[in-house]
Amino acid sequence: MFERRAAMATLLAGRPNNLVLVPGLGSCTWDAFAAGDDDRNFYLWGAMGGAAMIGLGLALAKPEARVAVITGDGEMLMGMGSLATIGVQKPKNLAIVVFDNGLYGETGMQESHTSGGVDLLAVARGCGIERVVDVADEAGLKELAGLLATSDRSLFARVAITRDDPPRLLPEKDGVVIKDRVRRAVEKIS
Amino acid sequence: MTATSDRDPQPWQDQLFDALKGAGIRQVGYVPDAGHSRLIARCKADPDIRDVVLTTEEEGIAMAAGAWLGGQRSALLMQSSGVGNCVNMLSLIRACRFPMLMLVTMRGEWEEFNPWQEPMGSIVDPVLKLCDTHVAKVETPDAVVPAVQNALQLAFGDDRAAAVLLSQKLIGRKVWVK
Repeated sequence: MFERRAAMATLLAGRPNNLVLVPGLGSCTWDAFAAGDDDRNFYLWGAMGGAAMIGLGLALAKPEARVAVITGDGEMLMGMGSLATIGVQKPKNLAIVVFDNGLYGETGMQESHTSGGVDLLAVARGCGIERVVDVADEAGLKELAGLLATSDRSLFARVAITRDDPPRLLPEKDGVVIKDRVRRAVEKIS
Repeated sequence: MTATSDRDPQPWQDQLFDALKGAGIRQVGYVPDAGHSRLIARCKADPDIRDVVLTTEEEGIAMAAGAWLGGQRSALLMQSSGVGNCVNMLSLIRACRFPMLMLVTMRGEWEEFNPWQEPMGSIVDPVLKLCDTHVAKVETPDAVVPAVQNALQLAFGDDRAAAVLLSQKLIGRKVWVK
């Protein structure tokens, strides 16, 4: 299992210029900001269940970009139907990565469905996402970082993380500012 | 005029497609509805428009936000029952001022047969307005294109949510016994 901040830093080390990040609300947004503020980060402060679909719309609109949605198990569970939608579309420039600690971290560490036996990897496979990866070790995590930049198939990955709760680091909160900043950065990707 | 939903496509349905196409809509998310079937078919047949079938309407709100970040315009098609599924996700549109165009086919009103459609159908207008969405309701064929053009301008010119409600009177009642 990985410490979440270290896992985020590994996934974003050597980030290519065309990689756009959609971190799910709560801890994943704090993790993304902790790894280094970036104009290509669409920080989410709400819209629970929507991260994967934001990623899909972006990936379809901008084939030159690589889109990584990195979100928590609770956020993914709320938008589980979007895995079916993505499985039908199969965008090769979209990766969905779930940081899975089996907990709703922002609300007091209550156990989520993945603690109760729900297998998001099986869901992703069943939905037809082409490459499904369970990241087990540091080498696997580095391999996933490479796949975010190069995968030629739709990708779903689960990264099991520890149940630590690092200090919150809060990025820009104004949605209009975040949106305009990301849109301008994405415009430059060619 | 008494239209039925299984009759031949009406001219306004193709005019509606032309309006979306002319405004540069490139992604269309939808949960199917009989009233949208012509528009969905036209979108599927057009190589410049990506049609995306959704499991629930709120997915289409999030997808529209992503499309805009990626530089494309999109539209979301749904039935009135789907409006209720969008409520929290519309926070994303309001908080970030994303353009958001919704075309809603109405149930639970004119000549409805199914009483389970009435509870959501009857509150679509106030629910959308509470979500800071501009709402225009269309009941006649000649009003469709002007309403859609206005909604396009409000969404993409004013960076906000705008919905056009296509009434059951316009679309025609669902035929239950064939």
